[in-house]
Formats: sequence, structure tokens, C-alpha cells
Amino acid sequence: MENFVFHTPKTVADAVSTRKGTSGGKFLAGGQSLIPVLKLDLAQPTDLVSLAGLKKELSYIKVEGDELVIGALTTHADVAGSDVVKKIIPSLAVLASGIGDAQVRNRGTIGGSVAHADPAADYPAAILALDATIKTDRRTIKADDFFKAMFETALEDGELITEVRFKKPEKAGYLKFNNPASKYAIVGVYVAKYGPNVRVGVTGAATVAFRLPDFEAALAKSFDPKVLDGIKVSEEDLVNERDAKADYRAQMVTVFAKRAVEAAH
Amino acid sequence: MLEAKMGQPIRRKEDQRFLTGKGQYVDDLKRPNQTYAYILRSQVAHARITGIDISAAEQMPGVVAIFLGKDVEADKIGTLPCGWLVTGKTGPMVEPPHPMLVTDTIRHVGDSILMVVADTKDQAKAAAQACVVDYDMLPVVASIAAARAEGAPNVWEQAPGNLCYDWEIGDRAATDAGFAKAHKIVTIEITNNRLVPNAMEPRAAIGEYDSGTGDYTLWTTSQNPHLIRLLMAAFTLHVPEHKLRVVAPDVGGGFGSKIFHYAEEVLVTWAAQKVGRPVKWTCERFESFVTDAHGRDHVSTGRVALSKEGDFLAMDFDTHANMGAYLQLFAPSVATYLYAPLLGGVYKTPAIHVNVKAYFTHTTPVDAYRGAGRPEATYLLERLVEKAAREMNMDSIEIRRRNMITTDMFPYQTPLAFQYDTGNFQATLDMALEAIDYKGFEARRKEALGRGKLRGLGFSTYVEACGIAPSAVAGSLGARAGLFEQATVRVNPTGSVTLFTGTHSHGQGHETTFAQIVADQFGIPMENIEHSHGDTAKTAFGMGSYGSRSLPVGGSAIIKATAKVIEKGKKIAAHMLEADVADIEFKDGNFTVKGTDKAKAFGEIAFAAYVPHNYPLLTLEPGLEEQAYYDPLNFTFPGGTHIVEVEIDPETGVVKVVDVAVADDVGTIVNPMIVDGQIQGGLAQGIGQALLEEAAYDEDGQLLTASFMNYTMPRAGDFPFFKVGNHATPCTHNPLGVKGVGECGAIGVPPAVINSVLDALWSLGVRDMSMPASPQKVWRAIQEAKAKGTSADAE
Repeated sequence: MENFVFHTPKTVADAVSTRKGTSGGKFLAGGQSLIPVLKLDLAQPTDLVSLAGLKKELSYIKVEGDELVIGALTTHADVAGSDVVKKIIPSLAVLASGIGDAQVRNRGTIGGSVAHADPAADYPAAILALDATIKTDRRTIKADDFFKAMFETALEDGELITEVRFKKPEKAGYLKFNNPASKYAIVGVYVAKYGPNVRVGVTGAATVAFRLPDFEAALAKSFDPKVLDGIKVSEEDLVNERDAKADYRAQMVTVFAKRAVEAAH
Repeated sequence: MLEAKMGQPIRRKEDQRFLTGKGQYVDDLKRPNQTYAYILRSQVAHARITGIDISAAEQMPGVVAIFLGKDVEADKIGTLPCGWLVTGKTGPMVEPPHPMLVTDTIRHVGDSILMVVADTKDQAKAAAQACVVDYDMLPVVASIAAARAEGAPNVWEQAPGNLCYDWEIGDRAATDAGFAKAHKIVTIEITNNRLVPNAMEPRAAIGEYDSGTGDYTLWTTSQNPHLIRLLMAAFTLHVPEHKLRVVAPDVGGGFGSKIFHYAEEVLVTWAAQKVGRPVKWTCERFESFVTDAHGRDHVSTGRVALSKEGDFLAMDFDTHANMGAYLQLFAPSVATYLYAPLLGGVYKTPAIHVNVKAYFTHTTPVDAYRGAGRPEATYLLERLVEKAAREMNMDSIEIRRRNMITTDMFPYQTPLAFQYDTGNFQATLDMALEAIDYKGFEARRKEALGRGKLRGLGFSTYVEACGIAPSAVAGSLGARAGLFEQATVRVNPTGSVTLFTGTHSHGQGHETTFAQIVADQFGIPMENIEHSHGDTAKTAFGMGSYGSRSLPVGGSAIIKATAKVIEKGKKIAAHMLEADVADIEFKDGNFTVKGTDKAKAFGEIAFAAYVPHNYPLLTLEPGLEEQAYYDPLNFTFPGGTHIVEVEIDPETGVVKVVDVAVADDVGTIVNPMIVDGQIQGGLAQGIGQALLEEAAYDEDGQLLTASFMNYTMPRAGDFPFFKVGNHATPCTHNPLGVKGVGECGAIGVPPAVINSVLDALWSLGVRDMSMPASPQKVWRAIQEAKAKGTSADAE
């Protein structure tokens, strides 16, 4: 690990301006992805801007109208254990409770996970399916505009996520299929029903989370797992690795989409 | 508090320090003014080095020294020795040199190129990475198939066709005769997947040199410090034993991988003298994946000749074993003597022949890993037996019962050299069937099917050989060492006991089990006994812990030493009690004169031995310390039945282990809690091999599963609660009647898992499954069977 300068700002404004003053700095939230990356020397940031001092400001869960609003520094454990989340979008609590292991859930944050955009992370599926908006220090970004590529988002250099706003669905379900070694999702499918519309977010299967318009259209007609049987998921853009080849992933997308529909409540 | 008696489930003494973070592992140790070593490992599998430029690295901050292979050679440091000479059909095995640091040719990913010593670990690593190594890539053979291919490049010039040896055991003519009269011949082809041991604690070593005395000390993560010292004195470092101390302090798991003498042990000790400061090296996890000796890696064909009634008339096995790029310490024996004789299993098959060819490849060397040869044999045999049952239309249990050695046949001479002293295979089978509720299985299968899940039940009835080994037998088979064990019982003046053993505990709980034995023998409390092991400066000698030998061999030495103490104690008591020594009895910690109430407690006798005021000094030396060596008369033969029930999700291919019932015969049990723990740990490793673990190489010799991101270690959540049963038939040839328990879980269970997977998938038409039965592999097998339309009904 290379040396770096460690900053401890106390406010969002402070954090953003500190980060702006560095040549190759990074925000440090829960550190559950960044610290391993540093330990393996896969990144050598000049500065780490710790967000620990912003915890009071950015750790919260609340309901505003038909939206569930979660502060960026809220941990996965807090989301998983929140009575508000369990009441408004119970499948989101299920998702959070299945991230990593207990240590990861106690440190990892929703903002950190979304900003990191790991192609096998769980939250991206929820962001897409629950039509979320991502609020930053300077603007709001729609779910469909957010994830660009592997580890790449719409965030500008130095832009800080402050909260994530999920639309309350009529019903929704999330199920994932873990890689047996890493426990990251080989496939994770989030299905959410909004009146006549259905949104399906998929993580793990490709290099970036994506929606499945064919599934959405079929489920909009009839919210029944059987309607997915005849629809073939294209293998073309799916990750094709020894651990899980593209044809297997494609089939698992269907299997887990069906199971997510069954589990939806 | 439980009484310190044999057979009591006493909690482990050592857990207090392990569970509270007070263990002292090699990496916890800091020597004054120590430096840190980093070893540059090869990223490619086969290459000729054309130049190494260390000029920039030498100028980097903190760098103390950089050592190359030629520096090691210049100091006449030896190469890593192989401890077992296998002589094959055409002569002795090919035994190429295994250098500490390569000089010209790289032969596997992870091969060691140079060592940097610096003030800090980071400085050493940075400098190592700044060394420029130029090399020409050479063609690679990364698998047994590649090594055997026509025109394959040779890993070693002296091994044409990459053949290390071609070896056989068994009666060819009798086997052929058995096959000639067969009603049916069943054949199976099997791969036994290569595994990475992955002990929780990575290897580490610290070398130190005292220029005042000329003494060297090595702290190392070893299962057998005396063996390491012997090898360093005789073959590698050439520092004699009296000037070299080897310490293996707390060691966080070995599973075989820490038996072997590794280059780093020599390099840090040698370098400590060169740089005049202690040198510490700690393995990183990636390094551990490519430099710790791997396990298994066989490709085999098995054949059984059956009579019309289902009797095994003969068996014939042909195995190809991957040695990796170099011969590790015991590797040649693991694929021969520790493997082939076990292919007789629990069956009375009259004629068996086994041929083993070992090959070099450009991969990390393979050696003994929990079970060492015996899991490979058990897997091959029990898969073959299961297939024979299917093809004969016989019940899986019936075919086993029909061919099993019965209790009246012991001692039983197998056609493959071993003589089983005792056992009761039928009893363990009955116990395990009862525990798994065999009768209720079809109902459970039906219920699962209603939920869209496929249930299967799989069996393995096995026997293994451990407690290695009778030295003369091992020597006649090519072992270059004795395999006895040593124990010293030091009774201190006030009656407490310090026990010194040559065996080493690195997770086995010896500090408890051995104390329990001594407490039971002397009738004193457990807390009055301390077990000291792992330091050549403290313990006289020992061959260490592996092959489930610590209790059958080491425990027998302890019993012999305690018997000597009691014998001497009786003489002291006779003097003090003014009685004839023949009239002295020792029981429950008291020396008494037969038929009287005259008695001396153990502590009083100890005190008298060290304060000999009223003592038979003319005929007896003061002091109360006894040493014993024990060389076993035979191997021990634990065995039993493992039954696994799985449930498969046909949509995903996920295999869920829903029930595991085992009944093992490990002989007399000292501490049932520790025995259960050993069996459960072994089961986790064995099921891990069957469902999760695989060291997979690509054709360029890159290890594809070189991190925990894709090498699947078993986790507690992968398993149900194991039902562990026991049926003891005490070993007939050692004083405790113990057989050893460290490996049976890993040996017995893998075929039971795969047999259960195949049982579950049989109705879909799936006829073969390799380890690990990963979800993707199972899913693919289901798709292929569906495509072929080979459902059972169609046959």
C-alpha cells in the first residue's frame, strides 16, 4: 500500500472542497471495497477524504411522500434492520441483509456501494428496479442515467452522493445467486411492480447492472412467473467466465427473475 | 469439572489462548533489529532466465541485501531433498534438483527467483518488484494429459515423456485370471481434483544467527521441527543439529502442507548470518496459493470383475499422478504406498493390481494433504463399487455387505501388502444407516420431488491406513527416515508434570488429549500437567505430526514413558514404605502396599526423588524423568461408513447437503469432543473437495483459482449438523488401542457426496459427475442429459 494524505472533513461542503483540492484523491465511506483495493495495490490514491465526520449529516432513513429516502452513509446493516424499510420496501431490507457478511454490512454504506458500481454488487439492481434518484452535492441523477460501465457511473470527478431516493412499489422482490467462493452475485434480479408498470433490474450478470425490457413488458401484462418462460435472455452482453459461463448466467437470470416475482410482496 | 480420565469430553486447554488472541504464531514474533524478506515469484510457468538486473533495486530505501540463485549455489547450500525413493518397474524414480532460488529455468508459477532483505516488509516488496528479470518463454505442460501427449515438452531433460516413475503393486496374473472368469466387468474413469490446502495461518519463518556462539535459530510454521532441523543439517543448510535450533510455536493449521521442508526456511536462516540481523518472511495469501504444496491430482481408471452373484473377483487400477514441477518431500510415496494398498478397501477382493505412473508438469508441486493418497483410493474404489451396483442392478448396500471383510476374518491379509488387525465394517454401516434414517429416505425423496427438488443418498464404506509407520517397513519401501515417536515425562519436584513430545499440535488439541492421558496414568489433575512441543531445544527428538500418527505412535511413546515413571516410583515407594517392590501397587495417584493402608501419594514420591533424604541412592538415581521411543508394529486401520443425503435444485444445479451421518472406528477414544471435532473438520474438507474446491490451471500453467474470490473454501453455512457416530474396535498392537482420527473425515466422505449427487440425478439420465460438483457443472450435466433424452425410463 502506498502512503496517502488522510483528511477528516466534518461537512459535505468541506468534504467536496477538500477532495477538489487533491490531485488523485478518493472519498472513503465504509471502505469495504476501497480498503481491499488499496491493500492489493490496485489503486494508489494520493489522498483519502474520510466521510466518517459526515455520519450525522448523511446517515438516516425516512419516508417522504411515496419515496423511501436513505442517507448516503447509512450502513447496509441499518437498512437491513430498519422498521421503516421493512414496512415501505421490505425487499430492500432483504437485499441489504444479504450483502457480503456481517462485518461488511456493519461498515459498508449505500452511497459507497452505489458510487463504486461493482458489477456484482446488490444495490445497483435495486436502484434500477425501484426507479431511484441519486442525489449528490450538486444535482440529482435518475437511475437509468446512473450506471455507465464496470465501476463507472454518471458521477463527475469529486462529486459526492448524499442520498438515494427509492420509489415505493406496489410490490417487489429481490433474489440473488451467489458465486460460491466470493459470495458476490452471479445473478441478482430485482422485480418491482408500479401499478401497470413493472421494472426489472439485474446485477452480476453483465459488466454493468441493466434492465430487461422484455421481462418488464411481459410482467406488466401479467405479474406471473410463468410469463417469463418463453423469453430468451441474450447471452451476448453477459459475463462469460469459468465460474459462470454466459449461457448459464442467462438461464439464471430467468430462474431468479421468476423467483423474484414469486417472492414479491 | 470432568474427571481427568480417558474417554471424558474435556474442553481444550489451549483454546483459552487461541480464542482470546494470546496465541504466539511465527508472524507474532519480533526479533531485535529484524529485517524482512520478500521473495520474487515467477508469474509464468516455464521460462529460461536470460538476465536479472538488480541495480535499481539495490539503491532503493531500506534494502539490506538481494540474493540470487547463484549466491545460494556459491555458498554450497543444498537443494530441497525428497524423503522417499520410489523404485518402479524400470528402476528408481527420476529425482530432479529442487533449488531454493532458480538459477536458469523457471518451472512453475510461483517458482522463486530472488530474495530481497530490507528494513521493512514494504521496502523489501517494492525492491523485489523493481528487479528486472528477462526471460524467454518456453512451452508449458500444465496437466497430466499435456504431460503425456505425444511430443510434449519435457519439464526435465532427465525425465523423457515427463515420467517420474512407473510403479506397480499386486499380482498381475491372479488379477487377470479373475477378470478372465468375470460375469461382468465394470469400468470407471475418475479425476481426483487438485486442492490447495489453505491453512488459516500462511507460512512464515524467521532466521537468526548469534555471531557470539555461532548458533542458528529458525522459527517456522512446521508440523515437525525436528525433521526440518534434520533436513537442514544433512541436506540443505549444512549447519549441524547442535548449532541449529528449530522452533515451531503456535501453528494455525497444517493439513500436511506444513510437513515439508520449504526453501524459505533455509533462505532466512542462511541470510540471517549473511546480513548479521534476524530475517523474517511471511507468506502472502497469493504466494501461499502457488507455493504451498498442493494435494491430490490423479487421473485413474478402475475396473472390477464381478461374478453373476455380485462377488468382486478381481480389481485393476491404472493411475496417473501429477507430481508438479519438483518432487516434494513425500510426494512419490503419497501416490504409491499411501495410495495403492488402500484400493482393497473394506472388501475381500482376492486379487488386485495397481499401476501408478507419476508425471512432472509445470505446476506447483503436490504432496501429502489431509488423507494423502487414501482419499484418492477411497474415492476411486467407492465410485467404482457404486457404479458396479448400478450396472449389476444390485442395491448399493447389498453389494457392499456381500463383499465386506467380516469380523471373523481379522487379522486380514489383503492382496496389497497390508494386514488389517481389526475392524467391524458391518457395525459402522448399520449405525450410519440408522442415523440417516435409511428406511425413511424414499418418503423424503418423494416429498422433495413435490417441491421440485431432487434428493439423493450416497454411501462410502472405507478403511484407511495411518499411524505411520513401522520404520523397517517404511524403510524397505523407500522411506529415507524412521517413523517412530518420542516422549519425555518430567515429573517436577512438587509433583507437577511437564510432558515433552516430538509430535506437534497445530489444531489437533494435543495439549489436552496428551495431558488427559498423563493425568489418567498418574491419577493427578489435568492442570498439573503442561505439554511442551515444537522446540528442538526443549524436546529431544520426534518425527512430528501427520498421517494421523500423533496418538497411535506419539501417544504410545507417552504411555511407555509414564510406565517407566510408575515403575521407578514403585521402587521409591517400596523403599519409603519398607516393603518389597513387588508388593507396591499404583492406583488413582497413590502407591500402596498391597493389602495394607500404607500409602504414598504421587507428589510425595516425586518430592522424595528430588529431595532424596530417605531414598535408595545405592540402587536408584534421584530424579523422576523418563523418556521413551516407540516404533509402531503395524499401521493402524481406522474405517467406517459415511452416508450423505443431498437435495439438488435442478433449475440452478445447486447441491445442498441436507444430512450427513457417519460412523467411524478410530479405536479407543481419549477425548470424544476432540475426536468429533477432528471428524467434523475432516468432513468439511472432504465435502469441500467434492462440492467446492478446485485448483484449476489453464494450459499456460496459470492457476485460475488463486484467491478466495474463486477458490471456494467450505464455510460452516454450507453444511448441516453432522451426525457423528462411533464404533470402536481397539487397535490390537499399540498400548492405547487407538487408531488415529485426523484424516478419516476427509478420506471417507467425498465418494459419498458424489454418489449421492448421482443418485439424485440418476432419473434424469445423468451418469457421471466429477469433483467439485459445482452448481454450473451439475446444471450443465442436467442440460446435456435432457438433450440426449437418456432418462432412466428410456433405458
